[in-house]
Amino acid sequence: MIPAPFDYVAAESTAHALDLLDSLGDEAKLLAGGHSLLPMMKLRLAAPSVLIDIGRLSELTGIRAEGDELVIGAATPHAAVAASDLVRADAPLLAYSASQVGDPQIRHRGTIGGSLAHADPAADLPMALLALGGSVEVLGRDGTRNVAADDFFTGFFETSLGEDELLAAVRVPRRPGQGWGYQKFVRRANDWAIVGAAAVNGRIALANMGPTPLRARAAERALADGASAAEAAELAAEGTEPGADVHADRDYRRHLARVLTRRALEDRT
Amino acid sequence: MSILGTRVLRTEDPRFLTTGGVYTEDVVDERLEGACHVFFVRSPVAHARIGGVDVSAALSAPGVIAAFTGADLDDLPAIKPGPMFNQQMGRRVLATDKVRFVGEPVAIVVTEQAYQGEDAMELVDVDYDPLPAVIDFADAVAGRVVLYEEAGTNVAATFGDPDALDQHLFDECEVVTSRTILNQRVAPAPMETRAAAAAWGEDGRVTAWIPNQGAQGTLGGLARLLGLGPEQVHIITPDVGGAFGAKFGAEPEHAMVAWVARRLGRPARWTETRYENLVGMTHGRAQQQKITIGGKRDGTVLAYRLEIVQDAGAHVRIGAMLPFLTILMTPGPYAIPRAESVARSIVTSTTPVGAYRGAGRPEASAALERAMDLFAAEIGMDPAEVRRRNLLPPFTEPHRTKFGALYDTGDYAAALDKVLAAAGYDQLRKEQAGRRERGDAVALGIGLASYVEITGMGDGEESPPQENATVEVHPDGTATILTGTSPHGQGHATAWAMLASEELGIPVDKITLKWGDTDLVPEGGGTGGSRSLQHGGSAVRQAAQELIEVARERAAGELEANPADLRFDVERSAFEVAGDPDAAVPLASLAEQERLVVRTVFTAPGATFPFGSHVAVVEVDTETGKVTLRRMITVDDAGFVLNPLLAEGQRHGGIAQGAAQAFVEEVVYDEDGNPLTASFADYPFLSATEVPSFELADMQTLTTYNPLGVKGIGEAGSIGATPAVQNAIIDALAHLGVRHIDMPASPQRVWQAIQAAKGNG
Amino acid sequence: MQVELTVNGEKRSDDVEPRLLLVHYLREVCGLRAANVGCDTTSCGACTVLLNGTSVKSCTVLTVQAAGQEVTTAEGLAMKGAGEAGGGELHPVQAAFRQEHGLQCGFCTPGMVMAAVGLLSENPHPTEEEVREGLEGNFCRCTGYHNIVRAVLAAARAAGTEVGA
Repeated sequence: MIPAPFDYVAAESTAHALDLLDSLGDEAKLLAGGHSLLPMMKLRLAAPSVLIDIGRLSELTGIRAEGDELVIGAATPHAAVAASDLVRADAPLLAYSASQVGDPQIRHRGTIGGSLAHADPAADLPMALLALGGSVEVLGRDGTRNVAADDFFTGFFETSLGEDELLAAVRVPRRPGQGWGYQKFVRRANDWAIVGAAAVNGRIALANMGPTPLRARAAERALADGASAAEAAELAAEGTEPGADVHADRDYRRHLARVLTRRALEDRT
Repeated sequence: MSILGTRVLRTEDPRFLTTGGVYTEDVVDERLEGACHVFFVRSPVAHARIGGVDVSAALSAPGVIAAFTGADLDDLPAIKPGPMFNQQMGRRVLATDKVRFVGEPVAIVVTEQAYQGEDAMELVDVDYDPLPAVIDFADAVAGRVVLYEEAGTNVAATFGDPDALDQHLFDECEVVTSRTILNQRVAPAPMETRAAAAAWGEDGRVTAWIPNQGAQGTLGGLARLLGLGPEQVHIITPDVGGAFGAKFGAEPEHAMVAWVARRLGRPARWTETRYENLVGMTHGRAQQQKITIGGKRDGTVLAYRLEIVQDAGAHVRIGAMLPFLTILMTPGPYAIPRAESVARSIVTSTTPVGAYRGAGRPEASAALERAMDLFAAEIGMDPAEVRRRNLLPPFTEPHRTKFGALYDTGDYAAALDKVLAAAGYDQLRKEQAGRRERGDAVALGIGLASYVEITGMGDGEESPPQENATVEVHPDGTATILTGTSPHGQGHATAWAMLASEELGIPVDKITLKWGDTDLVPEGGGTGGSRSLQHGGSAVRQAAQELIEVARERAAGELEANPADLRFDVERSAFEVAGDPDAAVPLASLAEQERLVVRTVFTAPGATFPFGSHVAVVEVDTETGKVTLRRMITVDDAGFVLNPLLAEGQRHGGIAQGAAQAFVEEVVYDEDGNPLTASFADYPFLSATEVPSFELADMQTLTTYNPLGVKGIGEAGSIGATPAVQNAIIDALAHLGVRHIDMPASPQRVWQAIQAAKGNG
Repeated sequence: MQVELTVNGEKRSDDVEPRLLLVHYLREVCGLRAANVGCDTTSCGACTVLLNGTSVKSCTVLTVQAAGQEVTTAEGLAMKGAGEAGGGELHPVQAAFRQEHGLQCGFCTPGMVMAAVGLLSENPHPTEEEVREGLEGNFCRCTGYHNIVRAVLAAARAAGTEVGA
């Protein structure tokens, strides 16, 4: 219930944060909203000896349009993403996804960058970014590199983010007016998805069907080949490796993946 | 104008809403200054021999004052099970050679500051020699692995003879159906976890602040655990953040906090984390039930059998005894000619089971109402009609059942009719039929439950139920009430003030209620089993009335009149000579020379039996198995309603917990005895989005057992709601061939039931 | 380390461990014990306070993260209430909870009230469904939520009738 002791430093800039990461190595973790990291630290599943707070750096917050992309600062809270007129107009799936994370208090603190870096396969934002085909801007000593969502989630709670890098921004394509679907199946209000499905622009992403958010590629190919939503959805579980837990066994997860994919495809807004 | 029966707002609230309640962890008291913080290292394995507990590393952690193991507490007496249980299932306050459930304390660490405790606990090294876990009902009964070697069995108690059932019970039945069902384990999970603070005085007495449901019972429990005489213990009850049956008596942890305070010569405090609460506080329910019901095709039930296996958990506590109450309420509100009920209580390597809202009676209703629906399905009759045909006819004279319960008053058919009308039952059936015809993927289900329940039981066969109250009027026109009840959200401060105000003419907000301090109120039965209003409230009313009579004598002297010629004017709170309003003396003034105080004991003839009927309306998404509770309509008749605001609140809370058991909540263990639902992220605690607003219908069938005509309301909602919701979910899928789904009807369970009925396995 | 923040309008400066959770800072350092700890997993909301006017779970905020910011607790709410007459008068949301019997044991109540204040500041006229969803981060065991929802809707209605509300 109480984290192990640690030191804390509020970074004055992203450059400062990178310097600290460099000198402290794997002893240090970045802290933004803290609503993925602090719960783990309170359960002592993580015990970094230094926290580098980047949560209030203005360089890392804010939402703007840049050409055909929206650029969202990594430390922007979910509530701000959900309420943003710009995101709601141009990437409504992302706004909706952010509105589904946890509960209102969690959304006031948790950030889009924090959630993506945490890479929980059952979470909303990783699935949403994968469906949208967005990317993340990674800041390191040598400058910025963009990593596509398809390449970012590398394993169970793992990303391609290096120890000395920080996630600076999230980029999603602007597609005002395009239909999208989002299905998050829970047993009880602020749970993580037992299974989730998000569909937009011919891409379908699934939450909690494997160690990372996954593309339902067989279903996508079927759609591209002219299959109906129902037909394509039948293939949603192909290539997935769902786990089993108190909520659902593998068969039931596969079934949910199919049903939720069909609904995400059919309930286009 | 009588205040009784009106919606008086709670006098407690302004404090709770602004500065907040003062719960045990909040208590600031000079006796607790400098208190050390107590932490419990708990077993991570379900069943093991303890090879050794090494606290040496912990002792050198920052702020650690001391660390103790079971061997250190050898001055504490062993805990023996009650006389009706297997006597070889005793244990020690702190485990010495074995652990029997994940979460059982094995060591104590004491620190200067609260934040240092978890750091130090990580350094305690316990050597466990694992043994096979005992989780499954059948495995426990079979006893290949026993938890208590000296006992040689896992059966802690037997009720009736499970092996000598009446083989002819179902003769003459045209239809018989049987099923083994689960009344699953749930966690009471009050928002305030367990806690304690203890300080020893120079007089050798310990003062302990403990959240509880009855300070007097907690005193007795703590004294026994510590091997003290009751005069050496003083219990103070701070505000209590919910209890639901799981805060009766004293926990081993409470005793250990007191023991640490004595050993270290300084006050000690403890508050458990939610994890500890979900593994360390007693769980509820956990009965496996085999129900068999038979009757005629015209809907008459002729026979019913209930065979119970009660999972008591690792320690023999209240849970092991609850089948007694389940059996008592076996026939419920029905006139079933032949019924039999037997039980075994078994120990398993899981958290001990205790009382939880209803404590044994929800289990009886859930089994019976499931059986009624199974019977209805078997004969193809509407479940409301089957119930109507079998309910006991209305009665105003006590009715004794074959199981020994003496129902006081009841009109079960009226409750059923009322709830069906309020629900619009016929319209609901039409809507259901329409959806079925269209083949809607979202099915509508309507579930019923009729119940009767026992409240305000006495202490045993010999002692009738009773409660004491002391009422005092002060010269400044205020009044104080001392009660033996122990409110933890029920609003007694307001309700008892209403009762006193009615008699004394003193405004509710000038009346203060005190409870829970055993030096102030040494006797009392606490709050549980829905006893408080009928006994405690009746005692308050009686004390106030007796006080008026004492005051009348004094007033007669003052007014130099005959007491018989005096009239007490409640409006003015004054005695006046009849016919001469100017010759009056205020009640409060009669306290000036001598204290004006009366203590009385109200004794009831016996327990009372509230009853009701619930209708649940659910939607089931047949593609995913997800259940949505759309409506809950209830009749909960507990006699006269003193304060509708408070009574409705109790019904709401009970309905929510009852519904939660049916389709949301469950405690889950894996086959090795590891708890899988030991946090609020994993335990599916009901949130506001899973339940609708409830529709409560009013019905008041008074009891003759107390002048107020009140029965108990606190648990009734949970007793009716669980089977109503479970039955609704199954009803929704009846057209697909589903006959039963065990609780909770989680999405996966529902979906699997649909697949099985379709033949997809 | 030293941290400065404003609590219920009062500026404070305290020396705290970096790992000191805001809820414990409020309870143990400031002596404001209305916010309660009800769980270990950021689930129950009993610790909800306002941070710069928005509702947060103070068990999952480090005190040091709140440096330079404003915290409002249930104790501080009454002073902000409309129609205050020398402080201590109930905030309209608190008054509505009393009126509708939206509390029994009271343990979840301060957090529930702060969450409701946060909800209404963002959505002044919620539907019943929006109230239930808005409170999904706040658990109550006693009330079944029925009267809590009524209280929030009543507070919303009361606010709606005030000029400039």
